[in-house]
Amino acid sequence: MELVAQLLGNEGARMVVGLIAVIALVSVNALFLIWMERKVAAHMQLRPGPMEVGPHGAIQTVADAIKLMGKELITPAEVDKPIFWLAPIVIFLPVLLSFLVIPFSSTWIIKDMNVGILLILAFSTLSVLSILMAGWSSNNKYAVFGAIRSVAQNVAYEIPLLVTVMSIILMVGSFKLTDIVAAQSGVWFVAVQPLAFILFIICATAETNRAPFDIPEAESELVAGFHTEYTGMRFALFFLAEYTNMFIAAAVATVLFLGGWQGPILPGVVWFLLKVYAVIFLLMWFRWTFPRLRFDQLITFAWKILIPLAFVNLLITALVLKLR
Amino acid sequence: MIELLGIEEKTYTLNLGPQHPSTHGVLRVLLEMDGEFIIKAEPVIGYGHRGHEHMAENRNYTQFLPNLARVDYLHALAYNQCYCMAVEKLLDLKVPERAEYIRVITCELNRLTSHLLWFGAYLMDLGAFTPFLYCFDDREHLLDLLDGLTGSRLTYCFFRFGGVPVDIDADFVAGCRAFVSRLRSRWDDYHNLVTKNVIFIHRTRDVGIITRDQCIKYGITGPNLRGSGIPYDIRKSEPYSAYPEFDFEIPIGSNGDIYDRYIVRLAEMEQSLRIIEQACNKLPDGPIMAEKVPKRIKPPVGEVYQAVETARGEFGMYIVSQGDVKPYRIKLRTPSFANMSIFPEMAQDNLVADLVANLGSIDVVIPEIDR
Repeated sequence: MELVAQLLGNEGARMVVGLIAVIALVSVNALFLIWMERKVAAHMQLRPGPMEVGPHGAIQTVADAIKLMGKELITPAEVDKPIFWLAPIVIFLPVLLSFLVIPFSSTWIIKDMNVGILLILAFSTLSVLSILMAGWSSNNKYAVFGAIRSVAQNVAYEIPLLVTVMSIILMVGSFKLTDIVAAQSGVWFVAVQPLAFILFIICATAETNRAPFDIPEAESELVAGFHTEYTGMRFALFFLAEYTNMFIAAAVATVLFLGGWQGPILPGVVWFLLKVYAVIFLLMWFRWTFPRLRFDQLITFAWKILIPLAFVNLLITALVLKLR
Repeated sequence: MIELLGIEEKTYTLNLGPQHPSTHGVLRVLLEMDGEFIIKAEPVIGYGHRGHEHMAENRNYTQFLPNLARVDYLHALAYNQCYCMAVEKLLDLKVPERAEYIRVITCELNRLTSHLLWFGAYLMDLGAFTPFLYCFDDREHLLDLLDGLTGSRLTYCFFRFGGVPVDIDADFVAGCRAFVSRLRSRWDDYHNLVTKNVIFIHRTRDVGIITRDQCIKYGITGPNLRGSGIPYDIRKSEPYSAYPEFDFEIPIGSNGDIYDRYIVRLAEMEQSLRIIEQACNKLPDGPIMAEKVPKRIKPPVGEVYQAVETARGEFGMYIVSQGDVKPYRIKLRTPSFANMSIFPEMAQDNLVADLVANLGSIDVVIPEIDR
């Protein structure tokens, strides 16, 4: 035990152990989330969902993952090969790195950076690049459509997201995620900043490309959007990144608004995961309830409603803080 | 692609279909696009052409009956009925009242399956997956009912010249009544979750407007026409079968947009429930087959046109008989074909997302277009 503690005290070793743990977490989490999504969807739709493989279909997604690994990696003749090959990797790496700064509990954190929240937001922006790469290199009109829409959407929704996060940072006075959690020891920020929470959830739904904002991969219009041409593990990486992005968005919401790991009796990490999965359940609930917005309506909604609201919220926060 | 998106060329071509999740069959739409805007949409039809009209000329009257269920597989019984009525007109047969009632009940049940399927599939086009399964849950009960009576779930071949081959029993009537109350209890859910949903309203209000003039110009019928505010329904305007004996309304819209067509279809389902309810209450006793139906169907020389109101509009059949066991010529006037003709005009200068919404809202059945 002492050796482990000593090892974890070492910065470099902590990083390596942390990253291995993150990769394990990402895989298990994605498998669990896909199963959870199928179950949530099924129960909302009067059906049982996967039932055959394992108890209540619990290892159905493991079987699916094994099947996907066995699939041929098709590279269509007309694609731009290096970019086509690189895109799934580019979408997956920033997702992994975002986990570096997420505080699962007061001690379960790989590296407590003083710019933690900025790091996560910066890395989450990178996924747009990879979607554009995937769409463009696929040399398929539907894929390009998906990519172009995705970029427009992500740019539009990043602004209200950042501005909303700013109002929390103003209140705390630090970019450090542990500080933000510590500041909520009395009252969670969701009670102080309800509007900011709603704005954040809307933007997070759009950032993770989920319904009702799933325009980039709107099935009924664009077939499968930017990943139309991808097969096997390459497709699986996009899928994995999508669900991990969801986890990160929910984790950030938990840290910023729901008091992070804080809660009575249970250990911090359990509380943290409980809150994260509650937020994820909310996102799934949205997806299986709402129709999809039209693309222009979506952009209008971001620029004309969300951004002004986010700025108003920021101004009021600043004013209240100044007067106090 | 890259050349097409280049600076010299401002527009490019996009192929929507023949295999595409939203064309509901093998329909291909050639799109001339400028960014996300459609400059020109050209439907390419005929992938499912089987030559039903020609087939009719090569087989006798009875043998052609199963073909009709394959033309519009969603409202097959109305096609059955139209053909039977046309041949009965030629043969001068009088169908007993009980048979007419059975025809009306089954036809309306079949109309409900068609509208329920449209409701679910259309919302799936708009990106809402969940209503689809609720509709299918309701539809399943209907299909079970019809399956028990007719022996098939989709491509019914149930009516015969002069009546129906199987009588309905008390169980079937009880099943109909149970379904009527079941679907009525669902309306609240459907209206609260879909009709009042703000995203749904934004996607459908003032989108895909068909004006009254356009309707008349293109010969559009069915809920698409009534959504534009013209109360034309063959069941009322040229009453056939037992329809004059029932009290029902023709719901109409005002604006002619997708939302109106949606409201009209939902209101029509309620009217169908009313018809079924009344028919179950007033069901007369008596025979189910006409007397003296000839063993060999050989109508006298003559021509006949018969139209019925299907879930998609006016379906008409023109039969030319030359006194043979085979029809000389059968012409099918299918509603989807006429309704589809307005599609290029609707799609023009709109977004791709609206194209999908428009295509779904006119509720076409591709085999019916292609025949």
